[in-house]
Amino acid sequence: MDVKPELNHTEIDIPAELRQQVTITTLERIYNWGRSNSLWPMMFGLACCAIEMICTAASRYDFSRFGMEVMRPSPRQADVMIVAGTVTKKMLPNIIRLYNQMSLPKYVIAMGTCASGGGPFKEGYNVVPGIDTYIPVDVYITGCPPTPQALLNGLIALQEKVKKEQLKESGWYTKEPGKDIPVPVLGPDIIDPRKKDLIYTETHRPEPTVVEENEAAGEDK
Amino acid sequence: MNGTGIIKGLAVTIRHFFSTYFADQFGLGRAKAKRGTMMAEGLFTVQYPEESVTVPEEFRVIPFLVYTIEEDGQKKYRCTACGICAKVCPTQCIWITRMKNEETGKPVPESAEFYIDIDKCMNCGSCAEFCPFDAIKMDHDFRIASYTSGDSHIYNKERLGKPLEYYAKIRPTNYAQEEAQRAAKAQAG
Amino acid sequence: MSELTVLHPEYEALLQRFAPNVEPDTRPGFSGIVVLPASLIEVVTYLKEQMGFDYLSSVTAVDQYPDDQFDVIYHLYKTIGGEGLELKVFTTRENPVVPSVTQLYPGADFQEREIWDMFGIRFSGHYDLRRLLLWEGFSGFPLRKDWHEPLFEEEVKPYKSRWPEGRAFHKEQTNPFHDNVQYPKEFDPESVSTDADESLYKALTANLANDEDGLHTDRMVVNIGPQHPSTHGVFRMSAVLEGETVVALKPVLGYMHRNHEKIGERNTFLQNMPFTDRLDYLSSMSNNFGYAITVEKLLGLPPPERGEFLRVMMAELTRIASHTMSIGFLLNDLGAFFTPSLYALEERELILDIFESVAGSRMMCNYFRFGGVVRDISAADFAKVKYLVEERLPRKIDDLDRYLTDNEIVRSRCEGVGVLTAEEAIACSAAGPILRASGVPYDIRRADPYSIYDRFEFDVCYRNHGDVYDRYLVRLDEIRQSIRILKQVIEQIPPEGPVMNGKVQYLVKVPPGESYGRVEGPRGELGFYVVSDGKVNPKRYHVRAPSLINLTGLEKMCVGGKIADAVTILGSVDIVLGEVDR
Repeated sequence: MDVKPELNHTEIDIPAELRQQVTITTLERIYNWGRSNSLWPMMFGLACCAIEMICTAASRYDFSRFGMEVMRPSPRQADVMIVAGTVTKKMLPNIIRLYNQMSLPKYVIAMGTCASGGGPFKEGYNVVPGIDTYIPVDVYITGCPPTPQALLNGLIALQEKVKKEQLKESGWYTKEPGKDIPVPVLGPDIIDPRKKDLIYTETHRPEPTVVEENEAAGEDK
Repeated sequence: MNGTGIIKGLAVTIRHFFSTYFADQFGLGRAKAKRGTMMAEGLFTVQYPEESVTVPEEFRVIPFLVYTIEEDGQKKYRCTACGICAKVCPTQCIWITRMKNEETGKPVPESAEFYIDIDKCMNCGSCAEFCPFDAIKMDHDFRIASYTSGDSHIYNKERLGKPLEYYAKIRPTNYAQEEAQRAAKAQAG
Repeated sequence: MSELTVLHPEYEALLQRFAPNVEPDTRPGFSGIVVLPASLIEVVTYLKEQMGFDYLSSVTAVDQYPDDQFDVIYHLYKTIGGEGLELKVFTTRENPVVPSVTQLYPGADFQEREIWDMFGIRFSGHYDLRRLLLWEGFSGFPLRKDWHEPLFEEEVKPYKSRWPEGRAFHKEQTNPFHDNVQYPKEFDPESVSTDADESLYKALTANLANDEDGLHTDRMVVNIGPQHPSTHGVFRMSAVLEGETVVALKPVLGYMHRNHEKIGERNTFLQNMPFTDRLDYLSSMSNNFGYAITVEKLLGLPPPERGEFLRVMMAELTRIASHTMSIGFLLNDLGAFFTPSLYALEERELILDIFESVAGSRMMCNYFRFGGVVRDISAADFAKVKYLVEERLPRKIDDLDRYLTDNEIVRSRCEGVGVLTAEEAIACSAAGPILRASGVPYDIRRADPYSIYDRFEFDVCYRNHGDVYDRYLVRLDEIRQSIRILKQVIEQIPPEGPVMNGKVQYLVKVPPGESYGRVEGPRGELGFYVVSDGKVNPKRYHVRAPSLINLTGLEKMCVGGKIADAVTILGSVDIVLGEVDR
């Protein structure tokens, strides 16, 4: 079997007759290569996209070919959280809690338009406009819902990203491996603890706080 | 007897496991070509990304704008900024600015700006269905995973534009029908 | 329902008996009987016990803003079949109170809670009136017409800001919080209690008696979900256990509440079509079907012959795809981890291929229009359907049957588990395979035929034990009956002809009136209640979701069993969260 060319160090030339048996690589490369081929997703479906995720796991598309067949229902054993579906405000605290429970290194894929940026139901009162307003997202896969092949394409994109990571910069070997994201609270609407001060000032402001429709529409983006 | 159910179940799985493998590798009639179809004899799995399931002609992802290349090398969009797609869009994710004649201020049948927020688009195909000028069509390219979102997910006119040849390639039947209709209309008119 | 129903002698008798508390609804386009709130219980009791209306299909409300009036609308049917009856109760917006009918029809439980949640109408006498889809403490009642969400843009679509001077923007960025949120004036974020589930636990333990034998055991509350591999999505069950036995169980909903109805009332009639795909995302064609026939009732726009056949063909293919998946996942819940569902998903993939080719998308078909379907099926796809129906599917269903039906684990885990008797099933307004597995042969395709189902020969599948195993068998039988219908469709479909009555219009003005259309979806009676006031947007758009109402009986099925069986029972109810929460 050929040694994967991606593993070879680009600057060191290996004699042609040895290429089948020998590879010279860096620790970083082999570490990332190993990690990227055993990304365990969390079994975590929110809405319609979850069905396509199941189809991707099923026999026709079969993402176990990428080392991802071990779908873990527990966040503590998972590497990738595939946010598959509409993120609602009622569900959001649970998602954040699950994300906090995942061990580093952890990745998030926003599958479908809803998770990426709100989706068709964005205007609704119980919908969060994209999971990235709360947790960092690595790969966005748009589509409503993305077909299994589109999801595979996104998973390959995540693998590429993992392969480019550097040990020196990785957060999870430092002494302070990142803080938990504060869990939102369900009040009269969802309350992001990081925005408490902003909420207090906005709701205690004397003049109306809502921006006029026409002004908003006129703003150039 | 207790336990026979388990053994039977495992036997089914193992038989399936081996039979599909042998049918795929040594089966008659090019089993590999039939992977993932209803005639599949061997493995059902399609080895994406090396192989992929061919998408049908009506398959839809996000919309794109059809343009033709004029003789002077300029892109000529078919869109006339009539606004039907923006009206019919269920999620209201299409924004169109109609071009105006700079001197008279009267609207010109051409779009100055055309945006689609692909984070709201639900791929329903209504815009393509109701466009009277065959100017907006549904794309087949599902490989749109990206590392960024936000403003980069609002596609502008430049990014939405695709040449007519591309459209003819991905939707040959529809293209042929529409061209025939156009020709008939041109003759009548 | 037409005016004729109201003038039927039986209803005439009803009108005479309860006059002046009862009178017909005389608004043009509307029908049914208006009852005064005070005499509602009396009238409903009479209807149920004397006239045989034993099945409460749907309860919903309409906000008549700016008039000071809420309508509460009850759709009643007989399980022996036939036309239904529509009851209406008017109440004020100032002090909306209506007597609860849960004593007579326990199936109204979740629906009344939903109305309380969405409209703020109180149902006096309801034993557990908490919010259903949103959380306790949410400010406002969203489906009231004067309530606006944070990302509110305009009253109705199409928005004026899109054309001709449209500039793209992210709506949430115009909000001071850069998010989809709004808070009441003078709101202090520190004042919110973090114990959101207090009222739920109170309701759970409220009706529990103390131990009778005097032996002290600790009761434990166990939450399953919303993130749990066996709950088929973001569904949560909160159960009180004594040892391993379930003594009380409440479903907690709303984790996927996507505001379907609020958005639906802002959309134009046609724009709702792709949204219905996302209700029950395993059977989008059935949802399209239900919505299309509901609006067609108002429009008076029947589809052409070939269109009807294509509709039935797609609906039945959907049923097969949905039921195979349901059987596969039931086995998943039993612990046969993934292998049976892989077999089932294989057949589903092939059916989805046909949808993709005909409609353009695997799951979100958006294939139906008012007065027909979008496009004709190509000869190649028709040949595929023919091959599937005549060759492959019968063989594969027999395979599934052979592997599973007599499997000893399946039998010992499913037989006698989660029993729902016929009376309970009717009382809980259960629908579809749940109702039919309990021995009630009620199938809307037969009981109240729509489209062209009266032309086909098929059996209404039913079983008598009402347990998990019978639900599985009913689904298996229904797949076979669907194949039978499909064979007739393939034989009888006119080879050519239009599939659409006229040309599809994107802004269709619907005549004022109301319409309740229902179809037999894979999960049961899928109803759409639409009120039009003559504009291009519906005034009220309500979905009677079978998955939601089937859950009413979940507590009855689970109590007394082991907690491990609750997972199996939920698998046999076969909910789809998109439809439960909408």
